[in-house]
Amino acid sequence: MFKILKYSFYDLMRSRWSYVYFAFYLLLGVVLLFLNNDLSKAVITLMNVIIVLVPLIGTIFGVMYYYNSKEFTELLLAQPLKRSSIFLGQYLGVAISLSMSLILGLGIPFVFYGLFMSNAIWDFSLLLITGTFLTLIFTALAFNIALSNENRIKGFGYAILLWLFLAIIYDGIFLMSLIIFEDYPLDKLSLIGTMLNPIDLSRTLILLKLDISALLGYTGAVFKQFFGTNFGLIVSFSALTLWVILPVLRITMKAKKKDF
Amino acid sequence: MTSVWAKTITVCSSCSVKTIHEAIQQASEGDTILVKKGIYKEANLKIDKSITLIGEDLPTIDGEEKGEIITIGADNVTLDGFKIINVGVSYTTDYAAVRVVNSSGFVIQNLDLEKLFFGIYLQKSNNGKVLNNTVKGEAVTEFNSGNAIHLWHCSNVEVRGNDVRNVRDGIYLEFSDNITITDNFTKNNVRYGLHFMFSNNNKVRNNVFETNGAGIALMFSKFMEVEHNVITKNWGTASYGLLLKEVTDVNLKNNKFIENTVGITVEGSNRLVYANNDFISNGYAIRVKGACYENQIIKNNFLYNSFDISYNGRIHDNKFDNNFWSNYTGYDLDKDGIGDVPYRPVKLFSYIVNRTPEAIILLRSLFIDLIDFSEKVSPVFTPDDLMDENPRMKRIDHDKN
Repeated sequence: MFKILKYSFYDLMRSRWSYVYFAFYLLLGVVLLFLNNDLSKAVITLMNVIIVLVPLIGTIFGVMYYYNSKEFTELLLAQPLKRSSIFLGQYLGVAISLSMSLILGLGIPFVFYGLFMSNAIWDFSLLLITGTFLTLIFTALAFNIALSNENRIKGFGYAILLWLFLAIIYDGIFLMSLIIFEDYPLDKLSLIGTMLNPIDLSRTLILLKLDISALLGYTGAVFKQFFGTNFGLIVSFSALTLWVILPVLRITMKAKKKDF
Repeated sequence: MTSVWAKTITVCSSCSVKTIHEAIQQASEGDTILVKKGIYKEANLKIDKSITLIGEDLPTIDGEEKGEIITIGADNVTLDGFKIINVGVSYTTDYAAVRVVNSSGFVIQNLDLEKLFFGIYLQKSNNGKVLNNTVKGEAVTEFNSGNAIHLWHCSNVEVRGNDVRNVRDGIYLEFSDNITITDNFTKNNVRYGLHFMFSNNNKVRNNVFETNGAGIALMFSKFMEVEHNVITKNWGTASYGLLLKEVTDVNLKNNKFIENTVGITVEGSNRLVYANNDFISNGYAIRVKGACYENQIIKNNFLYNSFDISYNGRIHDNKFDNNFWSNYTGYDLDKDGIGDVPYRPVKLFSYIVNRTPEAIILLRSLFIDLIDFSEKVSPVFTPDDLMDENPRMKRIDHDKN
């Protein structure tokens, strides 16, 4: 598995897209710091970008990589190798190279700007951690979609639909249900609703460290008790981890049974 | 007829007069009592003649929690330079470190109050001054703590340069008119930094209110001037910078509201002028709860607030003009510094959050940005005439005016 991971990783490191992605974040970081002059303000803007763009790029890139390297995969399948290690290797190769582009691309300008001497370092690390989680989650979901669809156009269609659903439509449905059931106690519902969507969960985790924390108070004690404590943080990160593990499990299951 | 020459009585541990109580007994109208450095364990000191009490090198009066420490019941009394500690706590009587009853012309200055219940309690007293005192309480809850500077039925009092921390209300006024409150610093008070009830024609200038339960609460009062104050970091689930409830004809000018959960909460208040204020990084800049008419919001800076204005209903009779909004995205083709497109400060999302508070969990989500945008293009839920016709393109520099 690690050999395949290494090959995919080096393959991707040589590819143009990784550099474009890396350069994009580098530019974003530099421009934001140049315009804002304020580390914590830049973190908020970055959050907006990360929770939208990272999932989108993760899904599209994952699907694209799978379809492009299909012939190489078939070649590998002819060798005496475990199927799960082939696909997991490829998945990790894509996910790790994307995460590296993200971490290095954003990290370098911030480090040069004096991140280590600033108290925004925890907010920033949280941002990078959730960004990495989102990459892992959405690449895994993309591999699931690609494995289930031989037709490339269909695969891309589903991938974009998935992103659209989790990034936008889900929040719409969430908001509608909150308004429809506004006469009932909604604390638990909104907590669960947040947990079920990795994008919402990441956004809430970052915002809690920033401006939402005091505004939440109006909505009752449940939020505060939950998100304000270490317990809430642990549960949130467990939910994110679960969001990685479940799709990865499905990749191995699907890969075992699939005909090529 | 007392003696023509005012005399000075000196109090110290080695003097002939050893206690302040004794000195007050001996003194006659117009005398000065000079208290040397030391600790005086005395309580229930009643000053019933016009004398001047001066502490040299901050002598300490320790009340040993027996109740009230100094009660002034005569005109033209001056109290200067004491450290007063250990006021008794009671749930039936408001014990104070210094109480002024039915007097005028008093000056209370340079006191250092610690371990107190109420600090300086002025009751039915006029034409006095409370200057440069330091009050440090240990209040944790509202019900068993008192106020640092408490005015009840007073008029024409100057409260200046006091530093008030960790009590219930920093400065409290009830039925008090023509009071000037300037250059005070209040911090970490459990309830309010400054609290007005039924008090009219007062001036509040150049004060700093930091990390209180709420900065200023103005309730049931008229004709006030609140200018050049800094109200900052009142940050918590039920905190706000300034509460306006049932007040009319108030001028709020050149104040700074920085990092409060809510900058201003306003309810049932009419004919207010908000001008040249800065609202920076608040959760809500102004939260209008209803029944507010004929208010003017002019030439303010609204910078990086999560919500600029929150409105309850659709009825609207307030004027927004010439403000700078950091969220404004319009353009200025004729380069006159005024945006060509009006700005709508009430977002649809703030309307939703008012209705369903739990929806705040969706703050800054892409979907919310989308519906805010569509509401901005064609307002359906928010009052469509609530807008700033002349939004500034650049931040207004108030200091130059």
